[in-house]
Amino acid sequence: MNAITAATDIRPVTRQRSLRLANKFLRRAAVYAVLIGFAGFFLLPLVVMVFASFKDMDTILHSSILALPTSPTLQPWREAWSSACIGTSCVGLRGYYLNTILMVIPAVVISALIGAVNGYALSKFTFRGSNWVYGLILFGTFAPYQVMLVPISKLLGLLGLSNGIGGLILLHTVYGLPMTTMFFRNYFMTVPQDLIKAARVDGAGFWTTFMLIILPMSIPMIVVTVIWQFTSVWNDFLFGVSFTSGANTPIMVALNNLVSSAGGERPYNIHMAGALLSALPTLVVYLLAGKYFVRGLMAGAVKG
Amino acid sequence: MSPTPSRLPHAADAEPPRRRGKLRWNPAALAVAPTFILVAISVYGFIAWSTVISFTNSKYFPQYDFVGFSQYVRLWESDRWNTSVINLLLFSVGFALISLVLGLIIAIFLDQKIRAESTLRMIYLYPMAISLIVTGIAWKWILNPGTGIEHLLRSWGWESASFNWLIDPKMAVYTLVIAAVWQTAGFVMAIFLAGLRGVDSEIVKAAQLEGAGAFRIYTCIIIPMLRTSMFSAIVILVYQAVRSFDLVVAMTNGGPGYSSDLPTTFMYNSTFLRGQMAQGSASAVMILLVVIAIVVPYLYAEFKHERNNSSH
Repeated sequence: MNAITAATDIRPVTRQRSLRLANKFLRRAAVYAVLIGFAGFFLLPLVVMVFASFKDMDTILHSSILALPTSPTLQPWREAWSSACIGTSCVGLRGYYLNTILMVIPAVVISALIGAVNGYALSKFTFRGSNWVYGLILFGTFAPYQVMLVPISKLLGLLGLSNGIGGLILLHTVYGLPMTTMFFRNYFMTVPQDLIKAARVDGAGFWTTFMLIILPMSIPMIVVTVIWQFTSVWNDFLFGVSFTSGANTPIMVALNNLVSSAGGERPYNIHMAGALLSALPTLVVYLLAGKYFVRGLMAGAVKG
Repeated sequence: MSPTPSRLPHAADAEPPRRRGKLRWNPAALAVAPTFILVAISVYGFIAWSTVISFTNSKYFPQYDFVGFSQYVRLWESDRWNTSVINLLLFSVGFALISLVLGLIIAIFLDQKIRAESTLRMIYLYPMAISLIVTGIAWKWILNPGTGIEHLLRSWGWESASFNWLIDPKMAVYTLVIAAVWQTAGFVMAIFLAGLRGVDSEIVKAAQLEGAGAFRIYTCIIIPMLRTSMFSAIVILVYQAVRSFDLVVAMTNGGPGYSSDLPTTFMYNSTFLRGQMAQGSASAVMILLVVIAIVVPYLYAEFKHERNNSSH
């Protein structure tokens, strides 16, 4: 309201007032300048990669990273996808993409489902030691994997799951559980206990209540958890590099091999196209469901 | 002891249904049991196993010839390990400090009723969706003296420009700081922005009436109120720094030489590449101890906070 009256006010403004307005305008401009400057910093690597991925090697070597690709070519993308050399096999990233998809889907679905049940059980029911159980599971989110790698490799060998996607599915599922449990538990903490009580009065047991009441209302949290797990499993490097090799590695390991394997002149354009290809799925998910992604981030950090 | 629904007193609603007899809690405990057992084995069991290995002389395979603390003594006498520890200190302090300052600045600027706030926020946060391997590859390309910023500056006519941190053993670890800050600063911004949105606007208005300028309001009133956000952010940043592995592999691979090694890359190299499994396990135990020192007090504080809140 104030702004409107000020704008329609046609009395001559005093010198001081116009000064104040100019001052305010300058301050706003400075705020925007700073914010846009930071946006530039965050966008720079992406822009530079996109530019490089559309240049041929000759242009790469004779132009700066900020120069637009004057005669853009899709060749680097094609080669990164289907013929670039990863280690000694020149098959591109295609197969590794498939590996990763086959690994991500079961790992995400199973860990999210079990996490939902755990979160429900740990937030809406208390049993002797339930806080301890939760605390011990929660620490599993933070425990550094370095201190488990050797036993994991022994166990995978024992189960016959060494060097394969099956082993990675198992690992990402099991080690994803603490995180998914925490997400759902914190979400269900905000659900009123009366709802569970009312269901119980109506004769619904633990599982009936879960299926009919809890699950339908937790769809936003399911989306958050699936996106979060998808991003972290897709981006995993440590498990992949420790327990798989050759044609069985997930995408990030393959990408790292692609970038570090080329002898002689490094085909930077193919490297950049490959990096963008590998980052594309998580970036697309972020663009489509950024809100949920950020909620997951915050849930993982500062509990809501 | 099991109350019939009609006799359920209203006051009992607040009380956890702990004393409702066996049948009430069994399904919940049963539902959590598989996860609990899996975590007990794959987290705590495996930690115990690695700790046992760290007291042996294992090389390529676990073997159980105990040698006491000698692996730890050797570890702390090793140049390479000490370099990695110093690097971790430099990296985590640089990374945490710069991310905090940038995150706070961006959050404060973004909290000025900005148009297109959500678009800007999307831009600041997208690096979190990108893997650290891709992040490393991108920054390696930008910081590469032959192709990146140095090349750019020279092509603009500054012939003597030099920016070769990536291949300078003294500076390589700071290139990791740059890339890690780029990846995480937006996240810190989000934490602070959430904190800023929780600041009571009445207090700010009162200060404005008293004639305090914007700068004073932020430094004397608002920033001190962001303690909790600050605490969370520091814990998360330091924890992330300790765990960093992918970024180093993608950017410097610990080089030149082992000048930018971190404890995690030391662990990986000793265990899987150099056949020093016991050394690797000892270093892994050291990493675990650092994480415990950072995370356990944090989790404890969160837990207490939650309990205090729920009792009101």
